[in-house]
Amino acid sequence: MTTMTTNWIDAAAHGDVPQDDVIGLAMAGRDIALYGVGGEVFATDNICTHGHARLCDGFLEGHEIECPLHQGKFDVRNGKPTCAPVTEPLRSYPVKIEGGRVWLALD
Amino acid sequence: MTAERPEVEAAALPHEGANVQPAHTIVIVGAGQAGGWAAQTLRSEGFAGQIVLIGDEAHSPHERPPLSKAVLSGAAAPESARLMKPEAFDALAVQWRPGVQVHRIDRAAKQVLLSDGTAQPYDKLILCTGGRARRLALQGADQVPLHTLRTIEDAQALAPALRPGRCVVVVGGGWIGLEVAATARQQGAEVVVVETQSRLCERTVPAEVSAYLLALHRAQGVRVLLGAGVRGFARAAGGADGADIRSEVLLADGSALACDTIVLGVGLVPNDELAREAGLACEGGVLVDAQCRTSDPHILAAGDVAVAPNPWAGRSLRLESWQNAQEQGMAAARSALGQAVDYQPLPWFWSDQYGMNLQIYGMPTPAHRVVQRGDPASGSFVLFYLAGDVVQAAVGANAARDLRFARRLIEQRKPVDAERLADLGTPMAKL
Repeated sequence: MTTMTTNWIDAAAHGDVPQDDVIGLAMAGRDIALYGVGGEVFATDNICTHGHARLCDGFLEGHEIECPLHQGKFDVRNGKPTCAPVTEPLRSYPVKIEGGRVWLALD
Repeated sequence: MTAERPEVEAAALPHEGANVQPAHTIVIVGAGQAGGWAAQTLRSEGFAGQIVLIGDEAHSPHERPPLSKAVLSGAAAPESARLMKPEAFDALAVQWRPGVQVHRIDRAAKQVLLSDGTAQPYDKLILCTGGRARRLALQGADQVPLHTLRTIEDAQALAPALRPGRCVVVVGGGWIGLEVAATARQQGAEVVVVETQSRLCERTVPAEVSAYLLALHRAQGVRVLLGAGVRGFARAAGGADGADIRSEVLLADGSALACDTIVLGVGLVPNDELAREAGLACEGGVLVDAQCRTSDPHILAAGDVAVAPNPWAGRSLRLESWQNAQEQGMAAARSALGQAVDYQPLPWFWSDQYGMNLQIYGMPTPAHRVVQRGDPASGSFVLFYLAGDVVQAAVGANAARDLRFARRLIEQRKPVDAERLADLGTPMAKL
C-alpha cells in the first residue's frame, strides 16, 4: 500500500474548546488534551511525561501548557518540552476544523 | 532555561552565544536532585569540559518525593523516580562516581579527596550534599529497629512493615511523618502519629492548616497524639505473628505505645561537615549568596544543604523542597559558568497524602490577614495570606489550578479585593 489516508476522528465541537484554555477528553482509549489558542486548536496527549499529572488541569499561557504538578512546560503546537523538569516530548496530533467540529488524526 | 538534552557531540561544541568560562573540570559532590540538575544544566548551557558527579548512593540522580508515597507503597518502582533515563544520563557524558564519598576538600590545591584514596582536582566545586534523616539519641534507641525515610533503601526497608494487622508508630508530625502515616494507613496498617508540638507541621504552616491536616488524618483512622514527647524506646515481648520484634515507644507522660514498627520523621540534618571542615562559612548549612557562591569563590552550593538569602522569607534559610533542589541546582551550574544569576525563588512546596494535594506558596506568618476561598470541609480550599491588599502567601488543598493563579498574584504583588478573592464565583483568572 502506498496510498495513505488520514483517519480523522471527530473529537469535539469547535465551540466546546475554550479560548486560551485547555480541556481533556477520552477518545479511542486515549487521554487527549485540546488547547484553544488564538482561534486555533491544538491536541496533545493529556498526561505529562514527567509526573503523570493531567495537563487539562494545568495552566495555559500562550502556546505553553504548564503541568499542574511540577510546573514543567510543553509547547502545545509540537509537544516539545520548554521548561524543567520535563525533558521528554509529549505526543502531539494533527488537528483540522471542519463543519464546526474539531477532527484529530490519532494514528 | 532549556530542558533539551544535548547529544554528546553537541556537548563538545558550546552553544552559540553561551557564556562558557575557561573552567575545565567542574566537580559536583552529591548526585541527588540538585546535583543531577546541576550536571544537566552545565551541558545544556554549553559546558564542554569535564563534569565529575560524586554520589555516596548507588543510584543515579533521582527525585525523593515518590519515596514516601508511590515507591513506599509499591505502586511505583524506584526507577520511576530517576531524573533522567539511562540513555539521557549517558548522553551527558559525566564521570559518575556512585558509592564514593568525599573525605575532604583541599581548597589550597583545589581538589577533593575521595574514599577510594584518589584525589580529584576541580576548577569549580558544587556542593549538593543534601542532608540525612535526624536520629534521636534517646534511651533504648539501640534496642529496637528505628526506621527513617530519606533514601530508596529506607523505603525498601520500611515497605514490608506497612500492611494490615501491623501497627506503625510515626514519631514526628511533620511532612515526612504525615506522608509515611498516610501511605502506611493506605496499606492497611494501624497508625499512630506522635508529635511533641501542640499541632502538626508547626514549623511550616499556620494553625488553621495544621487543624485541617489533623482532621484529615483522624478521618482516615490515624491516631494522632499532640504535645506528646518521646523519652525513649524499648523492646517488648512477642511480635504480631510470633517471630517479629515488638517495640515500645515510651512517652514523656509515662505511658508506652506498643507497635511492630517505629518510623522517625524528626527532620533533616544538613550534610555540611565537608564545608565546615574546609573552613567555609556555615550556619545550619552552607551559607551561599544569590549566585549560589559559598565564602570560597571557587565553591558553590545548592539544594537541601544550602542556606540562601530569601526575600520572600526576609531572611536566609534552607529550603528543603523539590523546587529548590531543582532550581538552585540549575542556578549553581549557571553561576559556575560565570553567568549572571540571581536566585531568589518564591518558595513552593507540596505534599500528597491520601490523594489530597496540599501546596504552599510563599511564607505564611501569623502577622498576615487570612482570606479563605472554599470550605476546608468540602475538601478543596485556598487560604490566602495578605499584607494590606497584597497576597504574600497561599496554602491550598486540592486546588492546584487556583494556586497557580495565586502564585501569579504573589509574584506580581498586585493588590486584590479580599471579597472577590474569597468568592468561589469569581474565577481566579479575573483577579
